[in-house]
Amino acid sequence: MSNKIRVATTSLAGCFGCHMSFLDIDERMLQLAQVVEFDRSPITDIEHCTNCDIGLIEGGVCNSENVHVLREFRKNCKILVAVGACAINGGLPAMRNFIPLEDCLREAYFDGIGVENAQVPNDPELPLLLDKVHPIHEVVKIDYFLPGCPPSADVFWKFLTDLIEGREPSLPYELVHYD
Amino acid sequence: MKQFIQDLVTKNHYKSTHLLQVLRDVQTRYHFIPEGAITQLTELLNVPRTQIIGVIEFYSFLHLHRQGHYELLISDSITDHMLGKHELMAYLSEKLNVGIGKVREDGLVSLDNTSCSGMCDQGPAGLVNGHALTRLDKSKIDTIAELINQEKPLDEWPTELFAVADNIYKPDLLLNSQFTPGAAIKAVFERGIDATLAQINESGLRGRGGAGFKTAMKWQFCKEEASDQHYVICNADEGEPGTFKDRILLNSYADQVFEGMTVCATIIGATEGYLYLRGEYLHLHEPLLAVLQQRRDAGLLGKNILGQNFDFDIHIHLGAGAYICGEESALIESLEGKAGIPRNRPPYPVTSGYMNKPTVVNNVETFMAAANIAINGGAWFANIGTEKSKGTKILSICGDCAKPGIYEYPFGTTVREILKDCQAEDVFGIQIGGPSGLFISNQELDRKLAFEDLATGGSFIIFNNTRNVLDIVYNFTHFFAHESCGFCTPCRVGTSLLKKQLDKIHDGHGSAGDIVALEELCQLVKNNSHCGLGQTAANPILTTLERYPDLYENQLKNISYEPGFDLDGSLATARRMANRNDAAAHLEQIEDELATHGTTSPGAQA
Repeated sequence: MSNKIRVATTSLAGCFGCHMSFLDIDERMLQLAQVVEFDRSPITDIEHCTNCDIGLIEGGVCNSENVHVLREFRKNCKILVAVGACAINGGLPAMRNFIPLEDCLREAYFDGIGVENAQVPNDPELPLLLDKVHPIHEVVKIDYFLPGCPPSADVFWKFLTDLIEGREPSLPYELVHYD
Repeated sequence: MKQFIQDLVTKNHYKSTHLLQVLRDVQTRYHFIPEGAITQLTELLNVPRTQIIGVIEFYSFLHLHRQGHYELLISDSITDHMLGKHELMAYLSEKLNVGIGKVREDGLVSLDNTSCSGMCDQGPAGLVNGHALTRLDKSKIDTIAELINQEKPLDEWPTELFAVADNIYKPDLLLNSQFTPGAAIKAVFERGIDATLAQINESGLRGRGGAGFKTAMKWQFCKEEASDQHYVICNADEGEPGTFKDRILLNSYADQVFEGMTVCATIIGATEGYLYLRGEYLHLHEPLLAVLQQRRDAGLLGKNILGQNFDFDIHIHLGAGAYICGEESALIESLEGKAGIPRNRPPYPVTSGYMNKPTVVNNVETFMAAANIAINGGAWFANIGTEKSKGTKILSICGDCAKPGIYEYPFGTTVREILKDCQAEDVFGIQIGGPSGLFISNQELDRKLAFEDLATGGSFIIFNNTRNVLDIVYNFTHFFAHESCGFCTPCRVGTSLLKKQLDKIHDGHGSAGDIVALEELCQLVKNNSHCGLGQTAANPILTTLERYPDLYENQLKNISYEPGFDLDGSLATARRMANRNDAAAHLEQIEDELATHGTTSPGAQA
């Protein structure tokens, strides 16, 4: 194994927008690649985490699979980071929290327009929905939070370079100022 | 309904400031605010529809959905809980066959919790259609259930259900004073207005709501503000759980309170005053109106008071179940018929208050003291108390003691002495000044009642050694989350996060970092909230965490982390609807630390 810092990323109940924003560091990605190696991530298609230094989690927790993935990350990552509004607060997917899950499923699988052969899919391969969408810190211990929807490329850059260079990460006001 | 609303608006002189009063009457009549009423009021009062709906949604006694013909609310104060509220509520719910927070199917009765109804010395307490119920027990609940099922009108219910006692155990300077209505006003005219203000200044009287601003200075500021109108407002929105002294003052000393307001009016040059009475004290409304009428008949209110060419009258406005309206600028907003959201300060009410005119807002007890000082002079008052806290303080004492009720003490009295008088034994700690105040332990009994030590609006809730401090804090923290007005994010979101984080520890899901996270949250809510509610909402946690860190730590599990909610339970709905019960349809609450890596369930990645 190389001496590079290992980073894993995933998107739970998110839209991959945070990942897209991360890619917006553009040519700085080459700089990053000199010191960082990606483990489990949509960038690498590696399916499971091995021991990592940093785990970046996009999205909240909406189903049982999210819980398993999040736990896998927590177990393998020294530093686990909530990335973006959905990971931090539940975000857009959490808007369903105001509607009972039963009503959501009924609308989708029974009462909605054009539903035929009404039934809730029950293949054991499918993860079950939690009755509420949760921010990830309500399910595992989280070390850092990167705010934004999405956090800008500069936020990712500042945060990662701080960590990589051994500084306590800090985000200046300009990077977390939204209006 | 059209005619009813029309008559109501006519009676209220088409004033939009009376919106809350009008809505209260509509609620009383229909047990909700019907759509038609909103439309009609929009036109008649010239208030936007959204504002009317905003007001309805803001106050907990107003509803957009129909409540029961009998609206039953049970007080959820910690003192009610200590007197067995939880079991009684369950009994009531079963007896009446109605869920908590629900309306029974036949629409006859609805049942819910309400914040402290101010009957802490005679709980468990409740309200039926706004009228106070006291000392509830199973036999009274049997009676109430029967009366409701027989659809007996409230005025035919036995009066003992509504009996409210004063329970004055220790009167002193104010509660013992011999008072003749009119004496204070006469004294003002004899001595002169400026000389009276000087006496009040000399008395050292400070506001009795808790903050302790110097009364004479407040009146002086208001008087100096040039305006065509000044207002006097008496804050009787006594919502701080555990506080009920104003109820007694308004029940048995109302003349002195009104007279204090009149004295203030002469000094600041007001012709109109308001008593803002909390909705929970509806039972005092008619008697107080009668006292006002007697005073008008005696020439002590109205035109040309005592032939001195001075006009002043007092109106009573009722609240509708909102703790925040005890904050003076929220109270003013509410008096203007709006949702009770605190204003930005400055400007302070003394320069821009009710209707943006200079306004004095004082506590009930402050006005009562001012009336007596006007008669007896400043020295009479200033001779008692400590250097910075003159006179006496009237206390509402409740919780674990043999004689819960009203006590008046000179400032400087020790907690130990107070506990002896009310016969409290085996004391664990005392909540001083309600949830927004502070919790002191039994190691601090020599501390003194005074602005320079234990400042209080007048509430002592005593807890003995059988009580669990986390249960107490749980009740208070839920109270603040419920009562946050929602205007500013640090309080609206912060009080809910405090509740969630405390619940996690209280319910035994806490682990290593959870107390630190709780403390950080407390500081955030305290330091960033707009008004006193948010700034004090973390006090129950902060003051007990400081004194009993081990009681919090004992609640923690010796693991690195556990979710604060039931993970497997939150899959139950999906499991049932998908008709599954295989291994992958369940989650462990705490991950097995020994499990091998790569434990993802089968199925594609998100």
